[in-house]
Amino acid sequence: MTALTGTGALVRPWFRRDRIMVPIWVYAIVAAVVGTSVSFKGLYGTPEALREFTTGIRDNSGALAMYGEIYSQSIGGLTAWRFGAIGSALIAMMSVFVVIRHTRAEEETGRLELIGATAIGRQAPLAAAMIISAVASVVIAVFTAAGLVAAGMPAAGSLALALGQVGAGLVFTAVAACAAQLTDSARTARGIAMSVLGLAYLVRGAGDAGGASWLTWLSPVGWVTQIRPYAQNRWWVFALFLGLAAALAVVAFRLSERRDLGAGLFAARLGPAVGTLGGPVGLAWRQHRGALIGWTAGVVVYGAIIGGVAGGVGELVGDSSGTRDLLAKLSGSDADLTEAFLATVFGVGGIIASGFAVQAALRLRGEETGQRLEPILATGTGRILWALSQLLFAVLGTAAVLGGLGLASGLVYGLTEGDLTGQVPALLGAALGQLPAALVLGGVTVALFGFAPRASAAAWGVLAVCLFVSEFGELLKLPQPVRDVSPFTHSPKLPGGDVSATALITLTLAALALAAAGLAGFRRRDISG
Amino acid sequence: MSDVIEVTGLVKNFGRVRALDGLDLTVRVGEVHGFLGPNGAGKSTTIRALLGLLHTDGGTARLLGGDPWRDSTALHRRLAYVPGDVTLWPNLSGGEVIDLLGRLRGGLDTKRRADLLDRFELDPRKKGRAYSKGNRQKVALVAALASDAELLIFDEPTSGLDPLMEEVFQSCVQEERHRGRTVLLSSHILSEVEALCDRVTIIRKGRTVETGTLSDLRHLTRTAITAELAAPPAGLADLPGVHNLEAEGARVRCEVDTERLDGLLTVLVQAGVRSLTSRPPTLEELFLRHYEEAR
Repeated sequence: MTALTGTGALVRPWFRRDRIMVPIWVYAIVAAVVGTSVSFKGLYGTPEALREFTTGIRDNSGALAMYGEIYSQSIGGLTAWRFGAIGSALIAMMSVFVVIRHTRAEEETGRLELIGATAIGRQAPLAAAMIISAVASVVIAVFTAAGLVAAGMPAAGSLALALGQVGAGLVFTAVAACAAQLTDSARTARGIAMSVLGLAYLVRGAGDAGGASWLTWLSPVGWVTQIRPYAQNRWWVFALFLGLAAALAVVAFRLSERRDLGAGLFAARLGPAVGTLGGPVGLAWRQHRGALIGWTAGVVVYGAIIGGVAGGVGELVGDSSGTRDLLAKLSGSDADLTEAFLATVFGVGGIIASGFAVQAALRLRGEETGQRLEPILATGTGRILWALSQLLFAVLGTAAVLGGLGLASGLVYGLTEGDLTGQVPALLGAALGQLPAALVLGGVTVALFGFAPRASAAAWGVLAVCLFVSEFGELLKLPQPVRDVSPFTHSPKLPGGDVSATALITLTLAALALAAAGLAGFRRRDISG
Repeated sequence: MSDVIEVTGLVKNFGRVRALDGLDLTVRVGEVHGFLGPNGAGKSTTIRALLGLLHTDGGTARLLGGDPWRDSTALHRRLAYVPGDVTLWPNLSGGEVIDLLGRLRGGLDTKRRADLLDRFELDPRKKGRAYSKGNRQKVALVAALASDAELLIFDEPTSGLDPLMEEVFQSCVQEERHRGRTVLLSSHILSEVEALCDRVTIIRKGRTVETGTLSDLRHLTRTAITAELAAPPAGLADLPGVHNLEAEGARVRCEVDTERLDGLLTVLVQAGVRSLTSRPPTLEELFLRHYEEAR
């Protein structure tokens, strides 16, 4: 096995490079799953409450599309329902990031060439990256299972739930390994792998919501729910994950054997010989274009699906007061069920948009450390003009993500209800109501970039904290001042809820103030490179 | 007009590390100025301070008559810069980068751009991530040389170029000099410095150790002398400025500080000179002496 020589020697230092990122993923996922089970225990302590809640969900196609089917009327069953599909998608995301970061990204920067010239095998870097990602999934699963058992859940079901997570991690480790072979750009490779994940999630959602279980079986994310933890505990499903992961891993190694270092399977295309980029704004558009279009297309698909299922929510749930309560709790309003459901979805949309805002604003730091900022500043372009050009697309992109979500769901829901003129503006406005909160997180990113550039990536941590506070603040009964820290707490719960102009204006002003302060700091500090 | 670059007593600290420690640098209008020093001496830091990318902690720096930090945008329209490590945007083609940098600088001579692409044999259609180090450098060089900038700042611009391209670069810089542009050239390639530079500044540990024309610098250093004499010379070892003396009877080899040459020759002539070779120091010896002192 000379092709794998030196894999062990690579695994250790690469783990070291991941010593901050991977533990954050582990903590976030484990805490979310275990925390949910604990809070469900408090909310649905009696069998009657449980039964009422689960019957309600089984009739609710929106919830089925988002989370999947409930297979067991127990606290464990609810936890598996709430975090089976979503938790496995999070682990899949982690696997994609880890694998691409150690393979295609290393290759693109040329660092892998340095390593490839030492006495290690051709396939060692790919193998090492996959090992790290697989180990991270296993660690998450071990902690999750242990945490659930400690919270009083049955051991077998907890293990089944954890195995589903490992399975998703392994499959998407192999998916990312294949994607890394296809193009010569890490960004594109990541995009390919994430699209596969998105597709798998949507296929599962459509299968669960539409009662077409063969669709669910087509998707590895569907297999996670099909293990049916705490119900039948179908262990054999795990073999599907292993089989698919192994097959994809073989494909990845074959592909990597056939290509040159640094090259992708798709040959690089030539670009124009004469440029038309007019200035910093043109440059920023070229840099943000791909991500902006990709994210917007993703939320448009999501919005269309949501618009399609929203109509069924009210009719199907009927009088189940438990579901009404839960949806009211999740959405923070006691409006009618469809509106509560849409408000929940737009809340999620606000979080997605915040993610876009943070990653777009982090481009500022990426350009600086990538040493691409220096040549721009050495021309007649000032720092502020450059930064504002980049931020222009961060703001427009965030608005496009929310606008796309609102527009798509409004169109589809309006068509099914025969109320296009009413629903399109209503849902578009409801989605855009999340914009100020998302921009606050963009502002936080700019402030970090201006004053603590090395800690810019901590913006993701701030997003995670805000998310935690707004998602679990109610369930964990956190004091109001703590909950008020998160901008999401102040976002309107639309449609159905009240709009507070003061809150929206305050959020917008906060975003502007943070960004302005960050830019002032950036103007005064050294450029590092 | 006064000097293009006037730096006096420049200080820059990175935490506890002192990167620049009272550095002086003067570049006159229309000259090609060589900027030399061992790795880590502070060349790039000086250039980045001149570009207004870094705050300085002491001393003064004037660039094209302005303040590098306060007037950076206005000043940058009048200069072009090629960094030592050129990183390009992975999804932009070389041609797009050249035109973008040109526009940001306020204009680009398209005829000259085409001519330079031709001379550097650069394919402008390739994407940034597909270029080799040398080709990335060519992209930045074409962008800088095709501009109308008064001042060109090059930070080790030829480290990735092959000898043919190195020659193209040298002839380009010569042309720029004839058009009256000023060039600051940081380089380790001594033949390049010798061929191009009117004056040089040598720095080490963030301080200027020598500055002047190449012949000025030669005067400051030692000349190697080999002589056959009629009789063994007297008192040679005690003579000030004589180094590495090897005397075997009437044969003498030594090095002498160039300003002490007179004294040595007087002693030799007194002993009676049969044959004499005197060799001025090579540029390599000159730099090695300065670089080695840095250790």
